[in-house]
Amino acid sequence: MATFESGLYYSESHEYVRVEGEFGYIGISDYAQHALGNVVYVDMPEVDDEVTAGEEFGAVESVKAASDLIAPVSGTVVEVNEALNDEPELLNKDAFANWIIKVQLSDKSELDNLMDVEAYKKHCEA
Amino acid sequence: MNRTLYGNLIFELSKKGRKGYSLPQDYDRTHTTAELPEALRRSEAARLPECDELTVVRHYTNLSHNNFGVNDGFYPLGSCTMKYNPVINEEIAAMKAFAGLHPLQPAETCQGALEVYYNLQQSLAELAGLSEFTLNPCAGAHGELTGLMVIRAYHEAKAHPSRTKVLIPDSAHGTNPASAAVCGLEVVEVKSLPDGTVDVAHLRQLLDEMGDQVAAMMMTNPNTLGIFEPRVLGITKMVHEAGGLMYYDGANLNALLGECRPGDMGFDVMHINLHKTFSTPHGGGGPGSGPVGVRKGLEQFLPYPRVKMEAPPTATEGGTAPLFTVDFGKVSPSGDDGRAGTSLGSVGSFFGNYGVMLKAYAYILSLGREHVKQVGPLATLNANYIKERLRDDYLLPIQGLCKHEVVFDGLVDKSTGVTTMDVAKRLLDYGYHAPTIYFPLLFHESLMIEPTENESKETIDAFINVMHTIAAEAKSDPELVKTAPHNTPIGRVDDVLAAKHPITTYWKSLEN
Repeated sequence: MATFESGLYYSESHEYVRVEGEFGYIGISDYAQHALGNVVYVDMPEVDDEVTAGEEFGAVESVKAASDLIAPVSGTVVEVNEALNDEPELLNKDAFANWIIKVQLSDKSELDNLMDVEAYKKHCEA
Repeated sequence: MNRTLYGNLIFELSKKGRKGYSLPQDYDRTHTTAELPEALRRSEAARLPECDELTVVRHYTNLSHNNFGVNDGFYPLGSCTMKYNPVINEEIAAMKAFAGLHPLQPAETCQGALEVYYNLQQSLAELAGLSEFTLNPCAGAHGELTGLMVIRAYHEAKAHPSRTKVLIPDSAHGTNPASAAVCGLEVVEVKSLPDGTVDVAHLRQLLDEMGDQVAAMMMTNPNTLGIFEPRVLGITKMVHEAGGLMYYDGANLNALLGECRPGDMGFDVMHINLHKTFSTPHGGGGPGSGPVGVRKGLEQFLPYPRVKMEAPPTATEGGTAPLFTVDFGKVSPSGDDGRAGTSLGSVGSFFGNYGVMLKAYAYILSLGREHVKQVGPLATLNANYIKERLRDDYLLPIQGLCKHEVVFDGLVDKSTGVTTMDVAKRLLDYGYHAPTIYFPLLFHESLMIEPTENESKETIDAFINVMHTIAAEAKSDPELVKTAPHNTPIGRVDDVLAAKHPITTYWKSLEN
């Protein structure tokens, strides 16, 4: 069954943000990778691209489906997880350890619109 | 098939210099590429396998034994309407008088063929409750794109080019958002209620927010869960009041055929999959066909060519003018002839897949006006019978009547770890094609069964028994199910590897 990690911010579309100072690491939740099944490709933006909260910044393809990645917060991409190019299955192995992009947060107040782990658990059960 | 003996690729069977043909001695002299421009000529030989005739015949005969079609057994692939392709359809489509036609031959030399074309346009319009159909699109997705282009042309003609948003329920087939995107339109998702129908409150909210930008809403009814939208009349009214058009995805038309009509529900544009509802072969079994119909007032946007019926000539005119004519909609270079200016022009080559249309028309005439009304009810009865007989072992997420297909959410007992994938693979061992799995995405373990109206009670009972047997196996011997299939020529393929590193060419052994 899906695991949940506390201390992160979650969106309704199953992305998480781990905040460290001015930066946010964005990935998909363990619940999301379970639902997707075996991930075969991760489409990621490039460094210096801008991402906007609520808008698509990439996609995850699995053997079942292709799903858009929706940015939970806005910011500038400072790093992408290159390892996912060769091993997209890392998302299945540990979705929380394998973030997808690291962004410089442009508006920390956007975090208030996201869920904490308890609220996210309820969202997944609904 | 013995895989050790006959499981090789045709390229692996190749032996340099081996031939299955002999050509006349002067072949090279009479078949030269010298007239072709240099750039179009091969600089090196094509890498084709070289085999004798018997090897080729055995190879493809053995491959064909690995195939599974409706003619082999029950094929309950949900959302695909895998109905039987009657033999008479094939016989008629193969008739020389039809198969030998040229698309540019004068109309007066092929009146019968044009009459069939015209009559099919009319029959579909009557069955759909719409004004006019084009038969040009060559597949369902091609029809979707054509229909959306009609909608875009309509808004442009009304000077509403800012209407670029298409509302699509989250339960829709993936082709809907894909077609909208290809058409240059923007997809906005409409949420579903827990019972799978459209969340009308969310639709209201979207229309309030962006109503003046909405080009259309696309709907499949019954939806992809096999559930009829009870609020469809209210939905079409809401979208019309906001100035948008309603698009009907004909994927699930089979459930309603002859019973109720998209035009009467308020839809403006739709496509029909002849290869689903009208019994023509699917995909690799033959080209598809996706006719598009429109309500009155939108006909001028349909593509060319169109086949028309002229007024019958009077006796004084001598009766020589052809009754059925082709309008190729010649666009004047300036595009200012009015008529052609509103049409999409051409969306494919000539008339579409004519052979498929012949089969669909043969099907319509075989059923007749009276029996066509039995298709939807029988397909619905079969699906509901399966639903009620399997709900003890398979989790039914949506209660109540379904239409032509039923969606389960995997086994009721999830403790064994046996998934929908495992059940589907185990079905192959018992000689059935698997149902559609992991679609719709609304459930994690979707198992979608569409029996069609063709199957007898005996066939459906046998399938139900096997489904119960598999559910029992999942408890008594879960490994057996998790490692299935055991009786097929190929076991579980590595679909992750295939998706990550697809190898689509094979030349390795050609050098031998």
